[in-house]
Amino acid sequence: MGLLEVSDIHTYYGNIHALKGVSFEVDSGEIIALIGSNGAGKTTTLRTISGLMEPREGQVIYDGEDISSARADTLVSKGISMVPEGRGVFAKLTVEENLDMGAYTRRDSGIKDDLKGMYGLFPRLQERRRQLAGTLSGGEQQMLAIARALMSQPRLLLLDEPSMGLAPVLVDGVFDTIQRIAGEGVTILLVEQNAHMALQIADRGYVLQSGEVAISDTAENLQQNETVQKTYLGID
Amino acid sequence: MNMLRSQNLRIVVTVGLLSGAFILYTGAVGMIAAFHEREVVKDVISLGQVLLMLAPFASGFIAANRIGDGGAEQAAILAGGFAVGFITAIPTIVLLLFNSAEYRFLLELTLRVLPFVAATYFAWPMYRDGKDMRFVIGSWLAIAVLIGIVTFSFALIFEIKGDLRSVLVNINRDWVDVVTFDNRRELMTGILTLTIISVAAGLAGSVFRIIPTIPRRALLYGFGVTLLVGAFGETVRLILQENLDRDTMRELFQRDTLRQQPALMLLIISTVVGFLWAKFGQQVRTGFTSMEPSQRRVMNGVGMLIFAGILLMLPWLIGRTLSDVAVTIGIFVLMGLGLNIAIGLAGLLDLGYVTNYAVGAYILAVLTSIGPLGRLDGVFTFWMVIPVALLAAMFAGFIFAVPVLRMRGDYLAIATLGFGEIIGKLAISDWLKPLIGGAQGVQAIPKPIFLGAELKNPEQLYYIVLVASLVTLFVSIRLNNSRTGRQWMAIREDEDVATAMGIDTARAKLLAFTLSAATGGVAGAIFAAKVGTVFPNSFTVFISINVLSLIIVGGIASNPGIVVGAVVLIGMPELLREFSDFRFLMYGALLVMMMINRPQGFIPSKLVTHEVRAAVKAKVAPAD
Repeated sequence: MGLLEVSDIHTYYGNIHALKGVSFEVDSGEIIALIGSNGAGKTTTLRTISGLMEPREGQVIYDGEDISSARADTLVSKGISMVPEGRGVFAKLTVEENLDMGAYTRRDSGIKDDLKGMYGLFPRLQERRRQLAGTLSGGEQQMLAIARALMSQPRLLLLDEPSMGLAPVLVDGVFDTIQRIAGEGVTILLVEQNAHMALQIADRGYVLQSGEVAISDTAENLQQNETVQKTYLGID
Repeated sequence: MNMLRSQNLRIVVTVGLLSGAFILYTGAVGMIAAFHEREVVKDVISLGQVLLMLAPFASGFIAANRIGDGGAEQAAILAGGFAVGFITAIPTIVLLLFNSAEYRFLLELTLRVLPFVAATYFAWPMYRDGKDMRFVIGSWLAIAVLIGIVTFSFALIFEIKGDLRSVLVNINRDWVDVVTFDNRRELMTGILTLTIISVAAGLAGSVFRIIPTIPRRALLYGFGVTLLVGAFGETVRLILQENLDRDTMRELFQRDTLRQQPALMLLIISTVVGFLWAKFGQQVRTGFTSMEPSQRRVMNGVGMLIFAGILLMLPWLIGRTLSDVAVTIGIFVLMGLGLNIAIGLAGLLDLGYVTNYAVGAYILAVLTSIGPLGRLDGVFTFWMVIPVALLAAMFAGFIFAVPVLRMRGDYLAIATLGFGEIIGKLAISDWLKPLIGGAQGVQAIPKPIFLGAELKNPEQLYYIVLVASLVTLFVSIRLNNSRTGRQWMAIREDEDVATAMGIDTARAKLLAFTLSAATGGVAGAIFAAKVGTVFPNSFTVFISINVLSLIIVGGIASNPGIVVGAVVLIGMPELLREFSDFRFLMYGALLVMMMINRPQGFIPSKLVTHEVRAAVKAKVAPAD
């Protein structure tokens, strides 16, 4: 059985029907990419899973438990961690304080070790640990946001547009990091407009189109798919 | 060169007119005349006169600075200061002429001619641009009539009433006396004196820019100290008389005013001290930082001990009147530290903080009063009720927080403002009159009794406030570095992301409101015990605004800043009665000045300092 099962969710912004029955599955250890154009419902899907929005119909099952109407803050201790769109670091806290905030729900003694682990993964952050997060560059902020999300020791990491607003060189670095994190056994659900990069590291992918899943396949097949190539990869 | 000149001219005219307007305005609201009542040095200078000289001096310095930064020579800088001083005096001189019986025809002439001059000023460009003649004449007439209606009605008023006092009540004889330096009868002599003094002050301001740093600092320090001691003469006298004998006091002060000789001595001594500090201060500081860490710790410890000693001895050092002020300051420090939890840490703009203050005060009043409304016959003592007041305020904070949990920013501010008003109306209502006395309030609140002794003097109440403030200070320092404090900061930064970190934002905000209310309740209870009576009038929106202002002026989220803010904003109007009439005017001016020149507050928290520096850096050198 999958770690996360999303079945036929309908989510609304007021009267606007944003998700019209989205279903998909994420198995333990996979990297799953949700791709699609602006307004297709990618971010709404993530917000619904993470509890920031509640679906009117349908279910979100995580690890065998229905979390459709669970509050966002309770999901963190269950092992779901999100890196919000636009990074969302706490600009006026230092890098280290940001990381501490990531471990907010934990009360075990391993936090210090994990902090060291994060600095091992992102040496740049160690250099700047006393700096205010708002003064970091865009790439460093993205690293910090990911590291912060990892501090809660998630089993499922939700990433919302990690490449947004980053220079191409930095995008490569970010995706390398995501692959490394997946290598450590964290399941990853990735929302991306940059379909090209996302499909390169993903195992499977779903293409969202106006609130519905249009295509689902392995990442390799999606890269070969004619519609995907035309619409999302810019290959004629 | 020509460019430079015209630019300097613009600086001089702008700065000069601004300071002229400042003097005119402070005169028109009665500030200058009120400040004149307070003599800084006996028979030499009054605070009102200081104000008259300070404006041209400061603006002379500002103008000289700008001209000097533009690379002008010394002569140009001095000329600038001279001109600024002169321009500063002009608006006041015009008003003086308008106001005098002899020259009132000038005012009447101006009022009658002004519409036509103004109309011509506006219509001239139209004529020049070759607009249709009918249109130009029409506009000219329309403008003349519109402005004419105003000025002619003014003229009518003056002919009936005879002087400007009918419109500007504070442009009266007192004002004329001050601005003419007591030459009301010889108006021309007075105008000349004003001009000379103003020009001299402006020139002095520009000289100040030219002289080297060390004497500049020495003079600044010398005059600053003397001025402060003179202005706060009453306070200084009250402090000194606790520690000096009567004859010495009589030599130094005549009533509340500094005598001439001691003032001169003070000026010389403080200038010398200022000189020594300007010259060797840097060495002392580097000497201190280059000391061994262990030595430095000892020095710091000694400093802390001295400070603690002063805090403990304060009532003996300053006497009764000032102890009373210290208690009031302490009450506001308590509230400032409390409100800072909501505003500084959690970013919740609470404008109804007076609610908690009122709840604390009324709880103490009703439970301990031995008057008609206290039906408990004094069973409860002050000490038993303090925790009750604290809990009641926390409960009030909790109740009022529940409905506004989902609101953010401005909406939250407006809702909390409403709650503050509700409490005021409840306190004065007939509905609650049997319980809390309506407009008459609750009387006969006994003083706290400690070990059998009644703490009835401010000197004794001071210790209650001190202990409460220290406890609050300790708690808020701990909160600042705690998990709870962090969660508030996260919410302040971004509520959604805070949720994504696993923070229950609703619970955290409730906690912030509730804890923040606690000290308000204690402050209110101490206030009630101090005054002995509780009236609804004491609990207006101005309490909330005072507390908010002292946080902003002192430095948001900075504990020492809040203490300094309370001393400045609450202490100053209490110590200088002349100020208290203009309290809100000065608050406004101070807040605007702080926002422009020092948005981080007097003693900013480390975090905010970082931020402002980063912003300045970003402005100076745009990042990649």
